[in-house]
Amino acid sequence: MLIETRNLTKQFGGLVAVNDVDFTIEKGKINAIIGPNGAGKSTFFNLVSGTHAPSSGKVFYKGEDITRLPSNKIAKLGVARTFQTTHLFEQSTVLDNVIVGHRLRTSSHLFDAIFRTKTYKADEQQCREKAADVLEFVGLTHVMHQSAASITQEEKKRVAFALALATEPEVVFLDEPAAGINPDETEGLIDLINNMIKRGITVCLIEHKMQMIMKLADKIMVLNYGEKIAEGTAEEIMNNEAVIAAYLGGDASA
Amino acid sequence: MAALLRKRVFIIGLIGLAVLFPLIIQNEYFLHVLTLAFIWMIAVYGLNLLAGYTGYLSLAHAGFFAIGAYALGLLTVKAGMNYWIALVLACLITSGIGFLVGLVALRTREHFFAIYTLCVGYIIYLVIDKWDSLTGGVRGLIGIPAPANIGPVSFENPLSQYYFILAFLLLTILVMYRIVHSLTGRTFMAIRNSEELAQTLGISTMKNKLLVFVLSTFFAGLAGALYASFIRFIGPDIGYITIIFDLLTYLLVGGIGTLAGPVVGTFLVVWVSQSLQFLQDYRMLIFGPLLTLLIIFYPRGIVGAFYEWKMKRTGKKRRQARPDRRKPEPTYAATQTSSEKKVKEG
Repeated sequence: MLIETRNLTKQFGGLVAVNDVDFTIEKGKINAIIGPNGAGKSTFFNLVSGTHAPSSGKVFYKGEDITRLPSNKIAKLGVARTFQTTHLFEQSTVLDNVIVGHRLRTSSHLFDAIFRTKTYKADEQQCREKAADVLEFVGLTHVMHQSAASITQEEKKRVAFALALATEPEVVFLDEPAAGINPDETEGLIDLINNMIKRGITVCLIEHKMQMIMKLADKIMVLNYGEKIAEGTAEEIMNNEAVIAAYLGGDASA
Repeated sequence: MAALLRKRVFIIGLIGLAVLFPLIIQNEYFLHVLTLAFIWMIAVYGLNLLAGYTGYLSLAHAGFFAIGAYALGLLTVKAGMNYWIALVLACLITSGIGFLVGLVALRTREHFFAIYTLCVGYIIYLVIDKWDSLTGGVRGLIGIPAPANIGPVSFENPLSQYYFILAFLLLTILVMYRIVHSLTGRTFMAIRNSEELAQTLGISTMKNKLLVFVLSTFFAGLAGALYASFIRFIGPDIGYITIIFDLLTYLLVGGIGTLAGPVVGTFLVVWVSQSLQFLQDYRMLIFGPLLTLLIIFYPRGIVGAFYEWKMKRTGKKRRQARPDRRKPEPTYAATQTSSEKKVKEG
C-alpha cells in the first residue's frame, strides 16, 4: 500500500465534489479510477497530489500524512502527475521542455547559475542526461531536438509522461492519458504504462476508455457523484450492479 | 558549430561597434542619447526577466527605477556617502523594497498582478512627489555627483560616462544570458508556461517568483542609480507611469521573452523617436498604430519574429533532408506543401 486516503472530502461551495472516499493505491500495480463525467475523478487526483487541499479527511503516503503538504513538496516525495492538457513551451525543443522536470532533484542556486560553478555544471549535466533517458523510455528520442510545436498530439502525451518521469517518481498519476488519440496510438500508450510498471513505478490513472481500463488495471475504483460506489478487479466491476446503473442510468434491479 | 561561431563573431562585432562608436562619430548629442538608451536597456532587461521569462507583467518598474535613482541621489547628496558604496546600497535598497512588494503582489496573477503593480508604481511616485522634506518634492534633487574616480580614471566627461554605462550594460547582458540559459532560467520559464504544472514538478513557485521579482527590481534600481549619476538631476517624474510604458514599448518592439529584445527594441524606438522629434507629441500618432500592428502580427517582437522565421527554415530543411519513416503519408503532404510554397516564393 503506497497511498491511502481516509474519508477524503472536498466541497466547492455547496457542491460536494468528492465525498468520504477511502481508497488505497497498491504498490507496483495499475490502479484506475473510473466514473461518469463530473464524478469527481480529477478532483480526487488534485486532492492526492496536493493541487487542492481537501475539506476534510486525510491522505497518507507510505504511512506519512501528506494531507496539508503543497504539491511541490509532494512531488519531491516521489508523487508525479500529468494533466489532461500539457502546456509545453512550443518555441523550444522537446528536450528543453523535459529538462526542467529533473530540477527538483538538483540543488544549484542562482549564484551557481551566474558564476557557472562546478555544482551547477554537474546539475545541468545530470538534468540533461535524465531528460534524454526518460525521452528514450517513452520512445521520443527521434523528436528530441525538434520544437515542441511540431510534434503530434500523441507525442505531446508522451512528453507529458516524460516530464512526470523526470521527477523520479515512485507513483505516477495519469489524468486521461488516452483522451483525444486514436486506437492504434492507445495500444502504444498501454505498452508504455506496462513498461512503467516493469520499471517499478506504481501507476494510478483516470480513463474514459473502458476497454483500455479493463485490459490494463489491476484494481479499479468507481466514483459517481463524488462517492465511491465500487472497488475491485475488472471482472468484479463489470458485474457490479451499482456500476451498471451509474453508467446506463435507471434502476439496476428493475 | 559554424552557426555558433557566426553568432560569436556577430556579437563581438556588435560590442566592437559600441566601443568604437564615439571615436567614429564625434557627436556629443548622439553620445548622450545612446548612453541614455543603454540605461533604459538595463531597466528593460530587468523587466524582461519578470514579464518575459516568468510571465508576470509588472507595471511598478518605473517606481523601482525611481527608488534606485533617489536612493543614490539621497545617499550621495544628503548623506555625503562615497559614490560606489551608494551605488551598491541603492541597488540593495531597491531590491529590498522589491522583496516586500513582491511578497504581496505575487499572490495575485495575470491582469490582477498588472493592476496591483500599477498601483504600487503610482504610490511610489506619489511618495517621492509629496515627501518634500526627504526628496525635495517637485523641485527634485540636484548636484548628484558623477561616479567617483577609480585611481586615475575619471568619469566626469561624456565619453568616459558612455564607457562606464556600456560596461554595466554588458555585465547585465552577461548575467541575463547566464540566468536564462540555466536551470534557474528554465524554472522561471516553466512557471510562465503553467504554474500548476511547475508546482507538480516539484518547483516552489512562490520562492522562484519572489527571486525573479527581486532580481528584476535590482536591475531597475541599478538603471535608476546610473541614470541619477549620469543626468545629475532627478525629479519625481522619472517614477511616473509614462516611464513604465516607455520601457514596455521598448520590450514589446524588441521582443518580450528574448535575450536580444531589450537591446533591439530600445535602440530602435529611441532612434526612431529621435528622428521623429520634429513631430513633437504627434509622433505618438505614428507609434500607436505601428505598435498595435506589431502586437497583432508579431507578439514576440522583432527578435521573436526572427527566431520564428529561423525555426521554420531549419524545420523545413530537416523535413526535406530526412523524411519521417514512421508516418510516410503526412510527411509526403508536408514536403509537397513546402515545395509548393517554394515555388510560390520563387
